[in-house]
Amino acid sequence: MTLFLEQMLNGVQFGVMLFLLAAGLTLIFGIMGVINLAHGSIYMIGAYAGTWAAAETGSFWLGIPAALAAAAVTGAAIEFLVVRRLYQRDHLDQVLATFGLILIFNQTITILFGRQPLFVSMPEMLGGSVELLPGLVYPVYRLAIIAVGLLVALGLYLLINKTRIGMLVRAGSTNREMVRALGVDIRLLYTLVFGLGALLAGLAGFMAGPILAVQVGMGEQILITTFVVVVIGGVGSIRGAFFASLILGVVDTGLRAYLPGLLRQVMVGPEADALGAGISSMGIYLLMAIVLLIRPKGLFIRNS
Amino acid sequence: MPMEKSLKRPALLAGVLIALIALPAVADATGYAALTSLATRVLIYGIAAASLNFVLGYGGMVSFGHAAFFGIGGYVVGILYQHYSLGEPLFGFIPGTNQLLITIPVALVISGLMAALIGALSLRTGGVQFIMITLAFAQMLFFLFVSLKTYGGDDGLIIRRANELPGLNMRDKQTVYYVCLTVTVAFFFVLWRIVNSRFGNVIVGLRQSEKRMAAIGLPAYRYKLMAFVISGMGCGLAGALMANFLRYASPDMIHWTKSGELMVMVILGGVGTLFGPLLGAAVFIVLESILASWTENWQLGLGLILLFVVLYTQGGVQGLGTRLFGRRA
Repeated sequence: MTLFLEQMLNGVQFGVMLFLLAAGLTLIFGIMGVINLAHGSIYMIGAYAGTWAAAETGSFWLGIPAALAAAAVTGAAIEFLVVRRLYQRDHLDQVLATFGLILIFNQTITILFGRQPLFVSMPEMLGGSVELLPGLVYPVYRLAIIAVGLLVALGLYLLINKTRIGMLVRAGSTNREMVRALGVDIRLLYTLVFGLGALLAGLAGFMAGPILAVQVGMGEQILITTFVVVVIGGVGSIRGAFFASLILGVVDTGLRAYLPGLLRQVMVGPEADALGAGISSMGIYLLMAIVLLIRPKGLFIRNS
Repeated sequence: MPMEKSLKRPALLAGVLIALIALPAVADATGYAALTSLATRVLIYGIAAASLNFVLGYGGMVSFGHAAFFGIGGYVVGILYQHYSLGEPLFGFIPGTNQLLITIPVALVISGLMAALIGALSLRTGGVQFIMITLAFAQMLFFLFVSLKTYGGDDGLIIRRANELPGLNMRDKQTVYYVCLTVTVAFFFVLWRIVNSRFGNVIVGLRQSEKRMAAIGLPAYRYKLMAFVISGMGCGLAGALMANFLRYASPDMIHWTKSGELMVMVILGGVGTLFGPLLGAAVFIVLESILASWTENWQLGLGLILLFVVLYTQGGVQGLGTRLFGRRA
C-alpha cells in the first residue's frame, strides 16, 4: 500500500512537470494556432542555463533566475524571429520551421556543453526525505516540485479567470479574429503568452535537473508526451491540460511500476521486463488514441 | 498541374534516367564509388518522400508518423530473414524467406494493412489532432519494436545478407542500385497514373474543399483512407528496400525524427509535385553528407537551411525549386 501511494506521488510529480510544459504549449496552440515543437528546446535551455549557473556559483537557488531568464530570452527570440512569421502559415510550415529550431538548439548546446550529461545536486534544505504516513517516506525535493506545480496551476487559474489579461487570453482562444477586431493589441498578447509559456518550460527544465540527467534530447522526450497531454486535455484549455497532465503522469508511472511485474506472472523475467517497459511507453499514446476517437477535440473542450 | 508539365518534358526525364543508369559506371570511373551508395539512398528516400507527399501535398493530410510504415517495411524484411536463417517459422506456421520477390509484396501488404488501421482511426480527426495522432501511432510502434527483444530490441535487427533475386548477385552494391532504380521507375510510373486518375483528382479536390466534394456526393473519408493506405504502402516499399540496402532494420527507422526528415524532403523538393520529393530527397541526402564531411555539427547547418527554406521562400519552395532546379526535375 505504501509502495502504491509512493508510485501515485511519483505520478503526480511527473504530472505537474508535464503541466508546466503543457500549460504554455496549449496556450500557444489555442491562441496563436502555432504548433511549437521547439517548446521542448526551451525546457532544455532552462535546464542547461540553471544547472550551469548553479554549478558556477555553487548555489542551487541562483540557478532558478538563470533558468527563467535564459528560457524567457530564448522564448522571446523564437517568437520575434521565427514564430511571428508563422501565424498565418499552415501547420506543415510550423512543424518544419520549429523542427529546424530543434536541430539548431540541440547542436548549439552540444557545441557549448558537450555530449556528457550535466548533473546538479539538490539544495541541502530539500535533500532529505519526510515520513508522510507511517511507513511512507518520500523525498522532500519531489514534494517541493509537486507544491511548485500546484502553486503555478493556482496562479494560472487566477491569472486566466480573474484578470484582464486572462480575459483576453480566454477570448483569444475562443475567437482570435474577434479579439483582434475589438482593437486589442494581439501581437503584444501573443508575445506575453509565448513568454509566459517559455518561463514555465524553463522552470520545469531546471526543476527536472536534480532528478533527471540534463542532456541534449531531454526536450524532445518530454515534448511528445506534452503534446499528448495537450491533445487529450483539449487544445487551448488550461484546465484540460492540468487534469490531462495528472492523469497521464499517474497512468504512465503506474504502468511502468506495475506492468512488468504483472507480465512476469506469465512470461520469463527479462522478456517480461522489456515488453512491460515497451507497453508502458505505448500506454499514453494508446490513451490518446482512445480519447481522440471518442472525443476528437479532447476531453475538456465543449462540443460547439 | 506541375506533374503534367514535368511529364511533358519526356526528353528531360529520359535524360535524367540515362544519367541515373550511367551513374555507377561514372562513379567507378571517377573513383567516387561511394556515389552509388549515396544515389541508392536518394532513390529509396525519394520513394518514401513521394509517398508521404501523396497524402501531404496532394491530399493536404499532414501525417507526422509516416516513418511507421517505412519501419514496418524494413522490419518485414528483417523478421522474415531472421526466421529464414534460424529455420523456425513465424508464429509456428509462417516460414521465413530471403527472396526479394516475396518480401517486397509482403512488406506492401503489411504496411498497407497497418496504414488502413492507423488511417481509419486517425482520419476521424483533423488539423492539429491528426498530426498528433499519427505521431502517436508511430511512437507506439517505435516503443513496440524497442521492446521486442526477439527482434533485436533497441539494437535493431541485422540482416546478414540482402534478399536474393533469381539470377542476380545482390551482394554487389551496383546490382542493388539497379534493382532500386527499377523499383523507383515503376513506383513513379504507378504514382503518376494515380495522381492523374479520377481518384487523384478527387484527392486534390478534397484538399481544396472537403465540403465541395461532399456536395458532389463523394465519400471524403473513404477516399482519404484509400490515399493514406496507398501512401503507407509506398513508404513500406521504401523501408523494405532500405533494409536490403543497409542489411539492417532498427527502431530508428520509426523514430519521429525520421518522420520529420521525410517531411523536410517533401518541402525541400516542392509540396504537391510528382518528382519534387525525389529531388528533395537528393538535396537532403547530399546536403547531409556534405555538411557531415565538413563538421560533426552538421545538424546546425541543416536546421538553419530548413528554417531559411520555410521562412523565406514563402511556402513557394515549389516556385523556388522550379526556378532553381525545375529543369532537372
